[in-house]
Amino acid sequence: MLLLIDHVTRYRYGHPVRGVVQSHRLTPSRFDGQQVVEWNVTVSGGTPGGAFRDGAGDWVQGWTIKGPVDEIEVRVQGKVSTTDLAGVLRGHRESTPPLAYLRQTPATSLTPELLDLATRATEADGSLALAHALALAVSQAVAYRPGSTNAKTTAAEALAQGEGVCQDHAQVLCTIARARGMPARYVSGYLLADAEGQAHEAAHAWAELHLEGLGWVGFDPANECCPDDRYVRLGSGLDAQEAAPIRGSARTVGEERLDVTVAVLATQQ
Amino acid sequence: MTTHFNEMYLNGEVRSPYARLEDWTRSMPAELRIQKQAEAEALFRRIGITFAVYGEGGDPDRLIPFDMFPRVFTASEWARLERGIKQRARALNAFLVDVYGRGEIVRAGRIPAALVYQNEAYEKTVVGFIPPKGVYSHIVGVDIVRTGPNDFFVLEDNCRTPSGVSYMLESREMMMRMFPDLFRENRIEPVDRYHELLRRTLNSVAPVKCDREPTVVILTPGHYNSAYYEHSFLADLMGVELVEGADLFVDGAFVYMRTTEGPKRVDVIYRRLDDAFIDPLCYRPDSMLGVPGLMDVYRSGGVSICSAPGAGVADDKAVYTYVPEMVRFYLGEEPILNNVPTWQCGKADDLKYVLEHLAELVVKEVHGSGGYGMLVGPKCTKAEVEAFRLKIVADPGNYIAQPTLALSATPTFVEEGIAPRHVDLRPYCLVGERIELVPGGLTRVALKEGSLVVNSSQGGGVKDTWVLAE
Repeated sequence: MLLLIDHVTRYRYGHPVRGVVQSHRLTPSRFDGQQVVEWNVTVSGGTPGGAFRDGAGDWVQGWTIKGPVDEIEVRVQGKVSTTDLAGVLRGHRESTPPLAYLRQTPATSLTPELLDLATRATEADGSLALAHALALAVSQAVAYRPGSTNAKTTAAEALAQGEGVCQDHAQVLCTIARARGMPARYVSGYLLADAEGQAHEAAHAWAELHLEGLGWVGFDPANECCPDDRYVRLGSGLDAQEAAPIRGSARTVGEERLDVTVAVLATQQ
Repeated sequence: MTTHFNEMYLNGEVRSPYARLEDWTRSMPAELRIQKQAEAEALFRRIGITFAVYGEGGDPDRLIPFDMFPRVFTASEWARLERGIKQRARALNAFLVDVYGRGEIVRAGRIPAALVYQNEAYEKTVVGFIPPKGVYSHIVGVDIVRTGPNDFFVLEDNCRTPSGVSYMLESREMMMRMFPDLFRENRIEPVDRYHELLRRTLNSVAPVKCDREPTVVILTPGHYNSAYYEHSFLADLMGVELVEGADLFVDGAFVYMRTTEGPKRVDVIYRRLDDAFIDPLCYRPDSMLGVPGLMDVYRSGGVSICSAPGAGVADDKAVYTYVPEMVRFYLGEEPILNNVPTWQCGKADDLKYVLEHLAELVVKEVHGSGGYGMLVGPKCTKAEVEAFRLKIVADPGNYIAQPTLALSATPTFVEEGIAPRHVDLRPYCLVGERIELVPGGLTRVALKEGSLVVNSSQGGGVKDTWVLAE
């Protein structure tokens, strides 16, 4: 499939800000399931900084905005050709050992309730069947409800309230997979919504679990499927914060408002 | 308690390096000693060298007690220590480059993968990055104890930001000022080149994008930090700026320092700040101490950070047991300095042994430092040992155990006159383009009679450390 992406993030500040610094994971990963045809990131008033490919295979690009500005617009426009690999991250070059993805973070810290969810699945440790069972358990335990959680909601909190968005699904899945000894990571990217509006959230997130023999495999509990050719993968981390497409700082005392619009369209080849 | 080695006396005879010190103490009347000791304390307080003690309350600006009786090594003793320390520093750096690269030592089965990659000090963010000159740990503080004339053991390695070097330098300064005659009568190797060597080391690891004389700064968490004195002391000696996070900023692909003449590009940052705090965009987002965006500049070759983020995985107390293996694996040499035999409570057999012999052992937390959270079995009551047993059983992987070593003792001035007190040694090995070590280090002394805990946070003091010239 050929996907067109137009992603705009706009920061508005109550008082003009200076010296804003951002770190972006806003470039599609390189693997057999996707190929970039065109890709362009612009930052209003921004100077591109250091850039490098990290150990997880993500392209990281720093930006600085000198200011003073009362608004910053980050715009991503591009075209990506995708192939359905049933979630398998084939041909992705990375060097971070999977074992480094077994640790939990504050957002994914394990509670008795999360452990209970992890151990309810009876499938054998390390198996593909277990991975599917855990993803399903998350879909059932956390209902999709936009606005029910925020960027700082932890896996434990999302499970306790029984509802959340894709970020919560992915973090809960990471937590319980690690609890079963399976390396897991949070993945951010884009998703094409279908005509019926079934797949939600164009700026999307899911989880990848590491399986012996298969390597990293994506699971999207929010949509009860594995990522296919409707998905564009950007970057990964131990939790939502680490994998965030944009991490930024503004030394500001005033109010910061954030608007994000994302359009993902399919086009004829 | 087993008998310990006294570094001054052997079989009733004075050992040669201490020969002249014997005359010195004999000829010093008690009043003079008391007067000199008071003088030393006043000097230390005047220059402001104090050490805040975490978790103990009391005076945060407490002085570290200074003992005037020097600790002495012969040239040949030092030559062996120097070779051993440098060897270890090379192996530790080779290990760091390896585990953030191809991980050959893990693939070869010489160290368990989980111990390295699941270690909380293993930094995913620097995987695949080779710092300038292949150095992660630029200042390696190796803690060494002695148990006999030729028996030295490494107790632990400090690869992140070992502190205490200012005490090494100030103790020498103090002794030279108070007892100039001693330095005429004994041929003592100087340590005052340390700051030149440190500066040269830092210069030598300037980043690839630096095409001029590198600008070096020391990054401190600020004056509330217990080692702040040392940060400003080293900055002064080297003639570099002492900065806090807010003094630095990222613009484009470089880091700059705010100065009265405008922004100045910074090439090498000697940071005295933990990994977690150096960049809120990469690590803890709530850190106000670091520099937003620093890691992107670092990874793209715009600045060097010393020690390199991620260096901590080499000085973990469980990884420590594998350092002799690193020496063999990377250097193809036999270790010159031995480790203390160590049981890892995370291993079932080791745990069993440790629990059976708890009252004889020293038990430490894997990530602990400063002498906190440790058990010295023979010095504890039964109840304390039992309380500690529960902690170990609850989280075995978090503990290692070692035999209680009969640490050597050196003569020390105490209230009743002169008495032996246990000591250790921390030399500071500098690693850049070259590996350098000034002849000496920080000798810490457990001032309480019979005590084996030399940490300044636990009532330890410091001494001047002499290496005699050939």
